[in-house]
Amino acid sequence: MTGDLIFYAFALLTVISAFFVAFSQNIVHAGFSLLFTLFGVAGLYALLGADFLAVAQLIVYVGGILVLVLFTVMMTRIPRSQAARRGLDRMVAPGILALVILAIVYMVITRTDWPMAHPAPAKATTAEIGTEFMTNYIFPFEFASLLLLAAMIGAAILIREFQAPVDDGPDESAAPGEAPAPSAAAGEEEGHS
Amino acid sequence: MNVGLNQFLFVGAVLFALGVFAVMSRRNAVGLLMGVELILNACNVNFVAFARFVEHGASGQVIAAFVIVLAAAEAAVALAIVLAMYRNFGTVHVDTVNRLKR
Repeated sequence: MTGDLIFYAFALLTVISAFFVAFSQNIVHAGFSLLFTLFGVAGLYALLGADFLAVAQLIVYVGGILVLVLFTVMMTRIPRSQAARRGLDRMVAPGILALVILAIVYMVITRTDWPMAHPAPAKATTAEIGTEFMTNYIFPFEFASLLLLAAMIGAAILIREFQAPVDDGPDESAAPGEAPAPSAAAGEEEGHS
Repeated sequence: MNVGLNQFLFVGAVLFALGVFAVMSRRNAVGLLMGVELILNACNVNFVAFARFVEHGASGQVIAAFVIVLAAAEAAVALAIVLAMYRNFGTVHVDTVNRLKR
């Protein structure tokens, strides 16, 4: 069956690149692997008959979120000397936990008797999703737009240039990106001044 | 083996486990966010698979669209936090940034 072959191709693409996202030591490599993971998931959506979601995944994730992530990776380069590698000791407990989760979910998947319906022939779902948005899910829909507005304003406020208060000393604004060492002493001095 | 619900659910489970691993083991805050994106994609795959095989109708796909919206909002705010963290501390390692105030 060619449909099965396409499924396994997309599933392999998704899972293998997700492995690189989780295990790669280089954060840039992880970011570009995330591109292939998201692309593979979009392919899985298309195989499941969710055409609108597949395109939305490509536009929002690949076009938006991934670009944001890669820009952030490039803007926050740390010197290679400081880039402490993830030792094996950091991977033991998360690895065990991930394997346990995988085993439990696998048992649940295989042992549960899902109330299967015969898969309907795939049809375009965009109009159906739009109708659902405007009728049954009108409150979450409006709330999501409010959430996006709040997130936009919040991100703009977080990222704006930090302005020191006016009556602070002129030396307060010196080099905020430098080493964070003298914080405790500075805090005490500020306390009793 | 015929491709049915279980295969899609298993892909989702693997994605979820890898996402949990990335969130717990990465030191770089951006890598941690990548793990969160993996987890959200895993749950989305499950939603869409159930919408196709178990319950007909668009509800599962609507929920998946909401999850995509949430992921976009979360990425915008979280990456802004990461940039502010880099400006204030000079690093993006989550285990060296352990104070709320300099």
